Amino acid sequence: MTQETISTDVVIIGAGPCGLFAVFELGLLDMKCHLIDILDKPGGQCAELYPEKPIYDIPALPVVSGQELTERLMEQAEPFGPQYHYNEMVEELEKLEDGRFRVKTDGGLVFEAKVIVIAAGGGSFQPKKPPIPGIEAYEGKSVFYSVKRMENFRNKKVLISGGGDSALDWTINLQPIAESMQLIHRRDGFRAAPDSVNKMHALVEEKKMQFHLGQIVELHGDNGQLTGVTAKGNDGNNYEIECDTLLPFFGLTMKLGPIANWGINLHENLIPVDTEKFQTSEPGIFAIGDINTYPGKLKLILSGFHEAALMSQAAVRHAYPDAKVTFQYTTSSTSLQKKLGVA
Amino acid sequence: MRIILLDGKGREHELEAVEGWRVMEIIRDYGFPIVADCGGACACGTCQVEVDPAWAAKLHEPREDELDMLDQNYGGEWSRLSCQLIMTAELDGLRVRLSDIAIREAA
Ligand SMILES: Cc1cc2nc3c(=O)[nH]c(=O)nc-3n(C[C@H](O)[C@H](O)[C@H](O)COP(=O)(O)OP(=O)(O)OC[C@H]3O[C@@H](n4cnc5c(N)ncnc54)[C@H](O)[C@@H]3O)c2cc1C
Ligand code: FES
Repeated sequence: MTQETISTDVVIIGAGPCGLFAVFELGLLDMKCHLIDILDKPGGQCAELYPEKPIYDIPALPVVSGQELTERLMEQAEPFGPQYHYNEMVEELEKLEDGRFRVKTDGGLVFEAKVIVIAAGGGSFQPKKPPIPGIEAYEGKSVFYSVKRMENFRNKKVLISGGGDSALDWTINLQPIAESMQLIHRRDGFRAAPDSVNKMHALVEEKKMQFHLGQIVELHGDNGQLTGVTAKGNDGNNYEIECDTLLPFFGLTMKLGPIANWGINLHENLIPVDTEKFQTSEPGIFAIGDINTYPGKLKLILSGFHEAALMSQAAVRHAYPDAKVTFQYTTSSTSLQKKLGVA
Repeated sequence: MRIILLDGKGREHELEAVEGWRVMEIIRDYGFPIVADCGGACACGTCQVEVDPAWAAKLHEPREDELDMLDQNYGGEWSRLSCQLIMTAELDGLRVRLSDIAIREAA
């Protein structure tokens, strides 16, 4: 499958709060943005790690939840028509001969942009792996951390591990097509929609699936093909579960990911930048938010917003060296207000 | 007031604790390589410790969000999040072991 290349001014890697605000600041300077995130939603850490927790240090918002902050940033960016590409991990970033950059995602999307903004936070969100010895040998063959195609699980003896929404949703969705369905969780309580929990209990009642209390401690099988697992029950005794497929769902964690292969300088997994332009070691590639480092850096959303504003000034000069950039206020500039759709 | 901490290699350390502080903060401020990514917001699970069973009953029950984080981070029977344990006089002498997931690997 060959994809059409998307040409744009700016590709922003990461749709966390800093990437979202960069759309606004770049937009005021007429720069069009595409954002790419491996998550299925915007907001980065705010949306994935603490959507319901209150944040108290956003200027002029005495209290705002992670989710609400995300929604407001989206609203603020909206006049500039940003394009969002979710569930895509940026894998490759290379410089083209004409000075622009090419970006490729794991899903096969290709972009060409004048400027790259890395707003990758603590790295890309990836599934947490349970610490079971030797699990790597089974990954991708009979152990999967996500469900891409349900059909792959037809007539399988599926074991799902975990107690959140993903674990329960997939238990319920795959049960009808799997040969057998079993769920294992460390306690008889779930952090999931009550409706899903009830559905799961009903399936157990109807003997359509089994639920086990405990934790997997050992995997059995050959050449990556699982035949069963040993689990440790809460009474301390071990027991065996037969299965040919294991789906562990333990939430997401942040990993630096492919950024290390992009040929820009890193320091302890962070990208050093200057504090005038927030530019990396490669002119035209900027880094803002939690991913960057400089003397005095604070990993605060507030700092990322400031970085986005200064970065944008430098980015537009890089992309359009002949453009005249004049400093204007949104309160008084008719031209800015036209862009915002309020004039 | 003290905490007895067992590190990744099983060595015992006696830490001076401060009333009202989170156990995670005390471990971190002593310079142990505890991950504690979210800084105590009960949102990462990487400050997990195993509490000595003799002490477990003296601790308050975990809240729902702590249980959730323990679920996601392979908590065992005696696992707790050290950022959710606040030092009080009753906990003087508390024994905990840093769990593997909470130990930051040397870069
Ligand atoms: C529990 C908790 C509480 C916090 N409380 C506060 C607070 O009160 N005040 C405050 O100012 N800050 C707080 N923070 C910190 C704040 O959330 C971060 O500073 C902020 O999220 C950083 O934003 P960002 O846009 O730089 O990165 P992130 O929010 O980390 O977003 C980065 C995004 O980039 C994506 N990404 C990375 N690499 C790739 C790739 N290769 N391809 C595709 N996508 C990629 C990631 O999936 C992620 O969605 C808190 C953090 C936590 C965890
Ligand atoms: S420090 Fe993150 S959960 Fe305790």
